[in-house]
Parts: sequence; C-alpha cells; structure tokens
Amino acid sequence: MSDLETNAPEKIGRRKFLTASAATAAGAAIAPGVLLHTVAEAKPAGQAVSSKNRWGMLIDTNKCSKGCNACVSACNEENGLEKSDHPNSNEIDAQWIRKVELKDKSTGHSVSLPLMCQHCEHPPCVDVCPTGASMKREDGIVLVDKHICIGCRYCMMACPYKARSFVHEELFNQKDHAPRGKGTVESCTMCVHRVDEGESPACVEACNADGHKAMYFGDLKDENSEISQQLRKYPSTQIRADLGLNTGVRYRGI
Amino acid sequence: MKRIETIKAVVLAMLLGFCSMAGSLASAEVPTPDIPKGEGEKCVEPTDIMRKNHMEYLLHQRDETMRKGIRTKTYSLKECVDCHTVKDENNIPVTYKDKRHFCNSCHEYASVQIDCFSCHSSTPEASHSGLTKRPAKFFNSTQNLNALNLKAENQHE
Repeated sequence: MSDLETNAPEKIGRRKFLTASAATAAGAAIAPGVLLHTVAEAKPAGQAVSSKNRWGMLIDTNKCSKGCNACVSACNEENGLEKSDHPNSNEIDAQWIRKVELKDKSTGHSVSLPLMCQHCEHPPCVDVCPTGASMKREDGIVLVDKHICIGCRYCMMACPYKARSFVHEELFNQKDHAPRGKGTVESCTMCVHRVDEGESPACVEACNADGHKAMYFGDLKDENSEISQQLRKYPSTQIRADLGLNTGVRYRGI
Repeated sequence: MKRIETIKAVVLAMLLGFCSMAGSLASAEVPTPDIPKGEGEKCVEPTDIMRKNHMEYLLHQRDETMRKGIRTKTYSLKECVDCHTVKDENNIPVTYKDKRHFCNSCHEYASVQIDCFSCHSSTPEASHSGLTKRPAKFFNSTQNLNALNLKAENQHE
C-alpha cells in the first residue's frame, strides 16, 4: 500500500511526459496549420475502434481503366478467394469486388468502375439480419460476424448493390487474417485487418501501384484527410443516393 | 487367539495389496490424451487454467476483435496455432483434420467437436504454401466426377 502511494506521483509524472511527447510526435508540421498525415494512423492493438473515424473510399471513374482488373485480383489474393475445385464451377464463387461497366445507351459513352460493399451508414443488410451477425463497426465498416451468421442470406437480398456472396462449399487453407467458411455470407471488409494496422485496403494499394490512382481511401470524418479534401473540392456521387443510405464509398465521373 | 489375529492381519494385507494393484492396473488401462508440448517456456495462463478456460478466453477475444477491432495477441487463436504447431514426418505442420493436431489431440479424446477451423486456419500461415489445397479424399471425388463428365461427353459424341 505504502509502495503504491510513494510510487504514485512518479507514475503520473511519467504518464504526463509520455502523452506530451506523443502529442508532439502525432503529426509532423511542415508549415503552421498544415500537417502531414499518413492514410490512417495505426491505433494501438488494444484500443477499440471509435466513431471518431469513418473509413471511406472515393473512386474516380475517369481514371479507372476498362481492361484493368488489378483491384479485383488484389482483393482475391489478399483475402484468399480462390476458384473452387468443384468441376462445375468456372469462376471464383465469392465476389467481394467486381468491375462493372455502365453504358449510356443514348450516347454510347461507357464508364468502368469497381463495385463492392458500399459500407452504408444505414446498412439494409444490418436491418434485416435476424441474428445480429450483419453489423457495422463504430468506425463505419460493415462486416459479417460469421460466428453467428446462420447463412439465411436475407442480407444478400436486402443489399441494393449485390455486394454479398455466400460460401457454398467447404474451404481449406484460408488466410490467417481473413477467416471464411461454408454456410456463411461474406463481403468486402474494407480490408479491416489492414485498416486496423493503419494501412489502406489491398484494392486501393493495387490501383495506386498500377499507376491508375483511381481509388482513394481515408477517414471521411477527418477534414484534413486526402479523401475529405478531394470530396470537398470536386463533385462526387453515391450510387443509389435516393435510398438515403449514406454510403462510405463515393464515385466521381458517373 | 493369536492365530486368528495373524490370519486377520494376513487377509488385510492381501486385501490392501490387491486394492493397490487393482488401482495401478486401472490407471494404466485408462487412456489419456497425448498432448504435444507447445513452443516457448509457458502458455499465456497456467496449464490447469488454460485447460479449463481456454474456450472462454477465445470467445471473449473473438467478440472483442470482431466487433471492436481489438487485436491484442494474448488470447488470439492465431497465437495458439503458432505456438502449438505439430509437425508431421515431413516437417510440415499438421492441420486440424489430423489426430496429432494440438487441439485435436484432446478434443478427439473428449469427443468435443471444434468448429473454429472450418473458417480459421489451423496451421501457421507461413506453412500454407507447402500444403495441397484440399485433402486427398476431395481430389478423389473430383476426379471421379471428372471421369463421369468425360464419360457423359463421350457418349454424347
């Protein structure tokens, strides 16, 4: 007891010192009022995600190349989505992200864009889920808790973007960071395992690496993030904005 | 009188001896699970506590990670798998389908089914490339189906 008391002032002093030094280290100032931020600052592993952040994406369809599939293959690679060995399956069963081509019939103009879970603020999939497996994290990422998913697929029917897939067959050798299994519904997780480590999703990284730079990822609630600045500067669209879901994925050029 | 007491003592000694023999025989006959030793000096909790409560720790961690994004390593399933790897004769970590797998060694004994590994990886990720995609029995069934399909195609021609 006496030990604790004598140590207490020193502990507080040390903690204060640490928080003070952490505050100075949090952002590198290049000019007064201008801060250089990484895409997402890594949170400590033991800290819960909070509603102070809302992760989102901006896709510039003007930069998205028609023949390019880099985001899709990066997603499949990252999350271990493979073609089934079943003789009747010709392609990968699960689609977390896919390329869609939109064509204006009157003019013939077409755009190509990646479509995935739009990480809605008011997700219909969460509304209809009978078990609470479909859920939205505090930071806006919509996920399926496969531990309690019963595979009823109501969420797949409710999703206006057809963003979810059902796993029909037994899987083997899933990735450590992306557990997947038969009888559950799954969809884009916005690479939640990477986001929690302060990295950006695999699709965004692949798009940048390919030199297209059509995808931005960042915190919609952080005014200084690149995505927020881009959204403020140029017009953008939510797909099916009429549904009032307030999607976390925004598009430019459609 | 003395004789009777001697007989009593002898009978008692024999009984005791028999009991202890039976006891040792019984303990030898009851099979106990052969639990492989994990890496490192000790587990995250003392063995007796882990034996009793590991599922509680995993369940708690599961919800914390899934719902709140808390990714501490202490009670993470991935860490269990990493430390408690059992390798086969070819030095390849065995999956949960193998009786030698750490979790399986006891779960099979206790006849308690584990559902974790139908989704989660039961071997450390670094070892994945060395494994075939599916166990042999699945390959066989696929080949059989392929053969059937071929047969059907030939008939069609």
